[in-house]
Amino acid sequence: MAKMPTSDQLLAQTPTSFPDKGWMDIKAEFIPGRYPYPAKPETMEKMGFVNAHPWAPEDEDWNLPENWEEILYNGLKERLEKHRSLKVFMDTCVRCGACADKCHFFLGTNDPKNMPVLRAELLRSIYRKDFTLAGKLLGKYAGARSVNKDVVKELFSYAYQCTECRRCSLFCPYGIDTAEITAIVRELLYDLGLGINWVMEPVANCNRTGNHLGIQPHAFKEIVEFLCDDIETVTGIRINPPFNEKGHEVLFITPSGDVFADPGIYTFMGYLMLFHEIGLDYTLSTYASEGGNFGSFVSFDMAKKLNAKMYHEAERLGAKWILGGECGHMWRVINQYMATYNGPTPPNMETPVSPVTGTVFENAKATKMVHIVEFTADLIKHGKLNLRPERNDHLITTWHDSCNPSRAMGCFEEPRTILKAVCNNFFEMPEHTIREETFCCGSGSGLNSEEVMDLRMRGGLPRANAVRWVADHHDVNRVACMCALDRAILPPLMNYWVPGVDVSGLHELVANALVMKDETQPRTMDLRQEDLEYPDPEPEEEGGEEQENGGEE
Amino acid sequence: MAIALAAILIILAVAWGGALVGLQYVLGVILPMVALLVFIIGFIMRLVYWAKSPVPFAIPTTGGQEKSLDWIKPARLDTPTTTMGLIGRMALEIFAFRSLFRNTKAVRTDDNGTPRITYYSAKWLWLFALLFHYGMLVIVIRHARFMFEPVPFVINAVEALDGLLQVGTPRFFMSNALILAGLVFLLLRRVCTERLRYLSLPADYFALFLLLAIVLSGMCMRYIGKVDIAMVKVVLMGIFTFNLPSMDQVAQIGPIFFVHVTFVSVLLIYFPFSKLMHMGGIFFSPTRNMKCNTREVRHINPWNPPKKFHTYAAYEDDFRELMVEADLPVDKPLEEKEDEAEDAQNEKAPA
Repeated sequence: MAKMPTSDQLLAQTPTSFPDKGWMDIKAEFIPGRYPYPAKPETMEKMGFVNAHPWAPEDEDWNLPENWEEILYNGLKERLEKHRSLKVFMDTCVRCGACADKCHFFLGTNDPKNMPVLRAELLRSIYRKDFTLAGKLLGKYAGARSVNKDVVKELFSYAYQCTECRRCSLFCPYGIDTAEITAIVRELLYDLGLGINWVMEPVANCNRTGNHLGIQPHAFKEIVEFLCDDIETVTGIRINPPFNEKGHEVLFITPSGDVFADPGIYTFMGYLMLFHEIGLDYTLSTYASEGGNFGSFVSFDMAKKLNAKMYHEAERLGAKWILGGECGHMWRVINQYMATYNGPTPPNMETPVSPVTGTVFENAKATKMVHIVEFTADLIKHGKLNLRPERNDHLITTWHDSCNPSRAMGCFEEPRTILKAVCNNFFEMPEHTIREETFCCGSGSGLNSEEVMDLRMRGGLPRANAVRWVADHHDVNRVACMCALDRAILPPLMNYWVPGVDVSGLHELVANALVMKDETQPRTMDLRQEDLEYPDPEPEEEGGEEQENGGEE
Repeated sequence: MAIALAAILIILAVAWGGALVGLQYVLGVILPMVALLVFIIGFIMRLVYWAKSPVPFAIPTTGGQEKSLDWIKPARLDTPTTTMGLIGRMALEIFAFRSLFRNTKAVRTDDNGTPRITYYSAKWLWLFALLFHYGMLVIVIRHARFMFEPVPFVINAVEALDGLLQVGTPRFFMSNALILAGLVFLLLRRVCTERLRYLSLPADYFALFLLLAIVLSGMCMRYIGKVDIAMVKVVLMGIFTFNLPSMDQVAQIGPIFFVHVTFVSVLLIYFPFSKLMHMGGIFFSPTRNMKCNTREVRHINPWNPPKKFHTYAAYEDDFRELMVEADLPVDKPLEEKEDEAEDAQNEKAPA
């Protein structure tokens, strides 16, 4: 990994103007820190990619298969026949440029090919040459160009400088979705045997062990039990979550990052405490121990292959519905693809109903899968939780809307309802940086590896800059989010651009505020086992407090 | 840009020259008929080409709050879940350019050493795009008078409204000002801003120049170098009713008419093969024309491949010993492990 410049240096290094040469005449550059490492051929072969081969982005020769032009042509032809979106998005762009400064990577690099319109033109130019009359007749005057090995390199470079966040698609007058284009370009690259390690390893792991990190069943259980030890330390309550048990009402699936990585683990502890408190009849699964889906960063088929396990396991265990953890891209797959990929649901599954409030989740009638943020917001609205938000009074929070739950789901009020109920101090980031206009963390869609740190810090600049604004104006010191990738990605990003701001999942903050029956009173620590700045009052005063804070039905 | 301009000048020279050397019938009758045919057939073929590919996934861009819990107000138009909401979203998109209305401009500033990016609302593109498109619509409706005898009331009404200012003789049409303002803005924007200049193709300038040439030649014909408008109507009616005008009739019209008609014909021919097809494309965009009820109703993919995944049975075969040791429940008891070991790595489709 290249040595990172300081944030000031990084800003100073960003070009202020565009190159003199036209974009078709500029070859892709591979600068350390801005491109991901290639996947191992054996891993790709294991996952069924026939053209897997050794190569490296910085090499002159990428060892493309002999008939690479044919593969690319046929691949594009096949995708055009399969996806109306691709045809329409190839044909209708008028290059109005409304998308240009909507992309976080463009704002962070000022590289013209990071304007979504040009990212798409990279593919469009090839499409025009091979599939349109104007392109065949008029060539470059109609924006067409022949494909060559440098074009393949360019496609790779810019398909991996896009996090498929869809911010540009919101502003496009024709709804052209760069995520769709990037996803298809990545598919074509995989056809040529060009994949990235940071995505392929988790995919292979997830396929075999059930989760991206490759945690085997016994180890998974052990890790969760460690987290339960920590819960016991903080609350005095011992939780023994069920694993792979049949006959429970709910199967709970969350990204494995929550089990494994700080600060996701506190969110995971939060889930378990909440479930214990409300007496949810649930089980975890070690087989379906991954909510995330790195397959969706490879191809539609790979996403389907990994996603299929959820219903398979729900059927085996006889669960009525699935509750999904806080995650971003997981919910892109579940909200927009899961029913299509792997529905209809197994016969044992039913429309989700909250066992505590009786709320029927009609909006999840087909998938039978509910986002935990919807579930918990419903609990709070019905006053089913005894909350003491004062425990989070040392935090001044802001809310980061993750791209996928925002622009592929529309989940905005649910998390805010929860956050405001469990934290007394909350400030929104400036307008045009939140809700449907939210900025990506800069490292989604498989770009959260160490080797692309330079790119990540650039891509995350708009997000960090908005956090910096609330930090400067309202002393915000905690960004709350509901995405496992965010929980891994935002801490280094904050550290780089807005030191002093930390990151939490929503259910960490919920569990901090949650007054549990039978918990040791008073609670003096938060889930990170740091002393509470505003600890609970002594037990004898508690009766009064409790009435004040509500929590009764 | 120079190439696009050159192309327009060549068309102008061909049209003007052709009119002078006696090619009026070719330019004024045959070319428009061919152009009309190419436009209609080309347009339909493009729509068919798009429609032939299925929509495998429901991928609407959610532009606001989802419909989830009863007490949370959903964004009915930006994240529609009902047919009415969807029609509303599409109507806003088509008639009011909803998405473009969201446009912002990112500005980088230095706030006492702290770099800031501020996002300002930027409605100019939206405004001038609307001016252009509505100006164009009014002009197209006005021109429909050349297709009908008697002229329908609607067309006369639009024309009367368009000339409401009652300035000049012949009366000045507001749509001329709107479309010119729109086109000039769109052109200047492309030329003057670095980003637009960099991403623009010759085709982008060509479309703007062509439209400008049409508008200017049309205005020229109306306000300056007048032509025999009654004869124009005879000729055009002739074309639309397949009752072709005579050579003499066509020859009575001044050359500027043939310039205008040639430019329009080029536009019609160019249209189906160019980005101008966004006119049809907007109706086909799956991020806009699909309901955001993707967890409520299953969308069917016609080419949905068969399920192929690593089953639980294969997983358990792989880890049974470890699972039993860790007190995790298993479907098959441990003794069977050895028989199954071989299948452990295999991918199996479920029964």
